[in-house]
Amino acid sequence: MSHYAPDAKYQEMAPGGIIPQAGNAVEYNTGTWRLQKPYRRDEDCIDCLFCWVYCPDVACWTNGDPEKPSVKGMQFDMEHCKGCGICAQVCPKKCIDMLPEGAE
Amino acid sequence: MPETKPMEGNHAVAEAMRQINPDVMAAYPITPSTEIVQTFSSFVANGLVDTNFVVVESEHSAMSACTAAAVAGGRVMNATSSQGLALMWEILYITASLRAPVILTVVNRALSGNINIHCDHSDSYGARDTGWLQIFGENVQEGYDNLIQAVRIGEALDVRLPVMNCLDGFLVSHSYELLQVEDDQAVKDFVGPYQAVNPLLDLSNPISVGPLDLWDYYFEHKRSQLDAYGPAKEAIIEVGKEFGKTFGREYGLFEEFMLEDAEYAVIALGSAAGTAKDAVEALRADGMKAGLLKLRAYRPFPAVEIAAALKGKKAVAIFDRAASYGADSFPLFSEVTSGLYTAGQLIPAVNILYGLGGREIIPDQIISVFRTLPSVAATGQPVDPVQYVGVRE
Ligand code: SF4
Ligand code: SF4
Repeated sequence: MSHYAPDAKYQEMAPGGIIPQAGNAVEYNTGTWRLQKPYRRDEDCIDCLFCWVYCPDVACWTNGDPEKPSVKGMQFDMEHCKGCGICAQVCPKKCIDMLPEGAE
Repeated sequence: MPETKPMEGNHAVAEAMRQINPDVMAAYPITPSTEIVQTFSSFVANGLVDTNFVVVESEHSAMSACTAAAVAGGRVMNATSSQGLALMWEILYITASLRAPVILTVVNRALSGNINIHCDHSDSYGARDTGWLQIFGENVQEGYDNLIQAVRIGEALDVRLPVMNCLDGFLVSHSYELLQVEDDQAVKDFVGPYQAVNPLLDLSNPISVGPLDLWDYYFEHKRSQLDAYGPAKEAIIEVGKEFGKTFGREYGLFEEFMLEDAEYAVIALGSAAGTAKDAVEALRADGMKAGLLKLRAYRPFPAVEIAAALKGKKAVAIFDRAASYGADSFPLFSEVTSGLYTAGQLIPAVNILYGLGGREIIPDQIISVFRTLPSVAATGQPVDPVQYVGVRE
């Protein structure tokens, strides 16, 4: 286990409230906070990567190619996207729409 | 070699710090604790210690730097008074919550306003809920001895809590007394090397310190912190015993002075406890069975142990050197009587507020309080237990 179970008892807490394992924020699901979800219209996207740079939750993924990084066709990480709308705000082409959570 | 020499309270504390040789001191001077910082900084400048002395621009920064240095993995010390402690407030809770065993000497001084530089306990009492341990000393020797013990108490592996070494401003900090200064090596051996727990600078075991902690885990973390105060009590007793074996002066949670067979008792802490000893001796010579409970550990508060020590007393007077504004009675009284109630001992008790802002207290005043106790015992618990000693009215 690299993080506390949701029902972990107080006796199981690390002293001082520290997190004794590094890099486990990925296991904390902030996707439940979301009221709106981002949707990218790929046809207008120019792959400037602003959305990737500005996303505070590293939830805006690229294809991971260091030579030709691209967001086109990539999903958003819905476990961690909290629907803040920053990606839509910074997009110079206004090709990210914030849709109500639950919309198809 | 141990030697006996005249020394002021502040110098005695600085001397103990020199012998302990902490890794970091981050301090901002304030009367009446200034001399501790000043004397110790000259030790640093003269190469007598290896301490990294961090000069900061306020007490808030001082305690922030101390807490960070302790979390990073160092043995850390500091000294302050009054407004300086008040400015540390925000960080005090964090130091304790992070279980960082910082040692802070608090030279007790009244809180403003009005502005005052002399002794009362409003500064330390105000910080009683922060999670720090608080140990009060009566005189110069205890300021020195308690600092050495505080290191072992706070750093005990089942405790890991910051400790305040409290001593009375001017009355102790600026008074010369004959001090038994122990051998440097003996003090170093007693405190031992620092044992860091989950230090932030251990790069092979990275951790996160101070993360956001909401409704889902905060309560569990606080509950787990509360479990450290029982072991802290044990550590105070054990370290006090070992100190006695090593240096000949034994300490506990409190000192009982002619208390065992006493019918009437006074409870006090700090230098007034020394004054109360004179009062008790005078009354004993006069035929009254008087006794004193000198409290040493205010946090953790030894409520059960105090109740046991007071069992069978006819009446007690509990001395507070700080008010709690808007409260029915004052802090030490509330806590002692709460402990008595829980133990099922309804001993008639009065609460004496004395000495605010450095107002003097003398044995005759304490004798007068003792003289009222037989009638308190006869009539039972007074409707308003609060009485004032030493205020013009
Ligand atoms: S809405 Fe916010 S969290 Fe979600 S992908 Fe956009 S920038 Fe990231
Ligand atoms: S900011 Fe807009 S245009 Fe730029 S990569 Fe993201 S979606 Fe495409």
